[in-house]
Amino acid sequence: MNLDLEQAIKDIREQTVRCIASIGVGHLGGSLSLAEILGCLYFRHMRVEPDNPRLPGRDRLIVSKGHAGPAVYAALALRGFFPVQELLTLNAGGTKLPSHCDMNMTPGVDMTTGSLGQGISCAVGVALASRLAGDGATIYAIIGDGESQEGQVWEAAMYAGNQRLNNLIVFTDYNDLQIDGPVSQVNDLAPLEDKWRAFGWFVQVINGHKVQQINEAISRAKHQDKAAMIIAKTIKGKGVAFVEALGAGNHNMPLSREEADAAIAEIRGEG
Amino acid sequence: MEMRQVYVDTIREMMAEDARIVLLNADLGKAGGTLGLAKLYPDRVFDVGVAEANMLSIAAGMASYGLRPWVATFAPFATRRACDQFALSICYARQNVKVIGMDPGIAAELNGGTHMGLEDVAATRSYKGLTIFEPVDARQLKQALPQLHAHQGPAYIRLFRKAIAEVFPEGYRFELGRADVVKEGRDVSLFASGLMVQECVEALPLLEAAGISAELVNIHTIKPIDREAILRSARKTGCVVTAENHSVIGGLYSAVAETLASGCPVPALPIGINDMFGEVGFLPYLKKRFHMTKEDILAACRESIRKKEEFK
Repeated sequence: MNLDLEQAIKDIREQTVRCIASIGVGHLGGSLSLAEILGCLYFRHMRVEPDNPRLPGRDRLIVSKGHAGPAVYAALALRGFFPVQELLTLNAGGTKLPSHCDMNMTPGVDMTTGSLGQGISCAVGVALASRLAGDGATIYAIIGDGESQEGQVWEAAMYAGNQRLNNLIVFTDYNDLQIDGPVSQVNDLAPLEDKWRAFGWFVQVINGHKVQQINEAISRAKHQDKAAMIIAKTIKGKGVAFVEALGAGNHNMPLSREEADAAIAEIRGEG
Repeated sequence: MEMRQVYVDTIREMMAEDARIVLLNADLGKAGGTLGLAKLYPDRVFDVGVAEANMLSIAAGMASYGLRPWVATFAPFATRRACDQFALSICYARQNVKVIGMDPGIAAELNGGTHMGLEDVAATRSYKGLTIFEPVDARQLKQALPQLHAHQGPAYIRLFRKAIAEVFPEGYRFELGRADVVKEGRDVSLFASGLMVQECVEALPLLEAAGISAELVNIHTIKPIDREAILRSARKTGCVVTAENHSVIGGLYSAVAETLASGCPVPALPIGINDMFGEVGFLPYLKKRFHMTKEDILAACRESIRKKEEFK
């Protein structure tokens, strides 16, 4: 099943690698961990029109962990928001593709993010506005696990829970790695599921690299009477063995042309 | 009439005309006077609880959807507690959010040092694209609010909540971004904002008795500042005093001094909080404590004029 989707996810990984390799350094680990989620959102669930990126009433995605820009750009380019070749301009002077997502620069990006914790609050505002408009849009957001150490995440969680924002679906990219080491060692989030449930959310825990689990979780989340959290257990750097092996070292890492070629071969299954 | 009431009455009229306007507060709906509006528009007034950072980012999200959010909290909470959200969620992301900072500076009175935003203008003035406005009286505020709403882009409004004496006469016409000459003069330019305009008005008889012809100009829009008005007055008088309910670092004094330095380098002295934190007290005590009285204004004008002669 989902052969096209599986291919799209492979393409997102490949284009993410190409994007970061174009400048030789970038947030590779936390981008690769999102490939399946972004694939499912942009190629299965989100009602968007690449020719009309600001279409009123469209579904929106706020990537609160804004440093995952390269993976978001790869997904947007493959979905047709802009030419795939533009991915090779990441962080070049004057680019439309900065490290961190910027809604005023990149077609298809729905919120400017980068200072951790702010994006999920913005998503709550977007969901409230959509509810007020009564346009039936679904508002998606992705937060990081390290990001969840920010107090603002929990301010947003409390308000969205109390507002019963059933048009808001948030993913936690739970790869258990942050810059200084494992999240569980730096400042543990566990029990994360209980925390979100206590804040009044519908919570699911899934394998964030299993397409079927992601799709089913989204479908279930859409039929709740409250805000939905999908805790996606992921692997930082997923899909490229040497990147995965770097662990916390893959957050913002150098990537040579040779390494990129090897990574792409591995992603394509030619390795 | 209380400035807060003017705000509430005007925003009520604006909400009736424009369904995109929503209000957000962080457990200060009562203090801000907007509880009545919450009853009138239950789906357009949001109380996020004591979470100012969340409030500013939520407002940015709403603005990205086409709503026109007005958020209100005490000045230091809007700009110090939620500084990053103001800078990034709102200004960097270019979201059309209007932020009300209530009771700025010494207007916080009995709430004391923790609640005194003395550096709110200093911080926010550095955010690109932000308009900063501080009203002088009810007549000006009433005209300013619809103009701020019509302005495309974020704005920060320093709002003194209590009643304040009328400064501008009937027939006054406000224009956002254009300074108002309250009284013409030839010896010294007195550039004042907010609460301090009233204090300057009270200083005018003292100045006149001392043989000083002061020109009083209200800089209600601190950013973008009316450069032409400042230079025109300073060229005429040859010396300047600024008066603000704010730290002398980074606020009106700095903005005027920056303008003068590149256009008309004349002596300029500040009235304001001179690199100190706030403390509890009523306004008359606090004005004395921080040297912001009409007598202090007179002394500063004398000194600025003396420097003008000295520099000749």
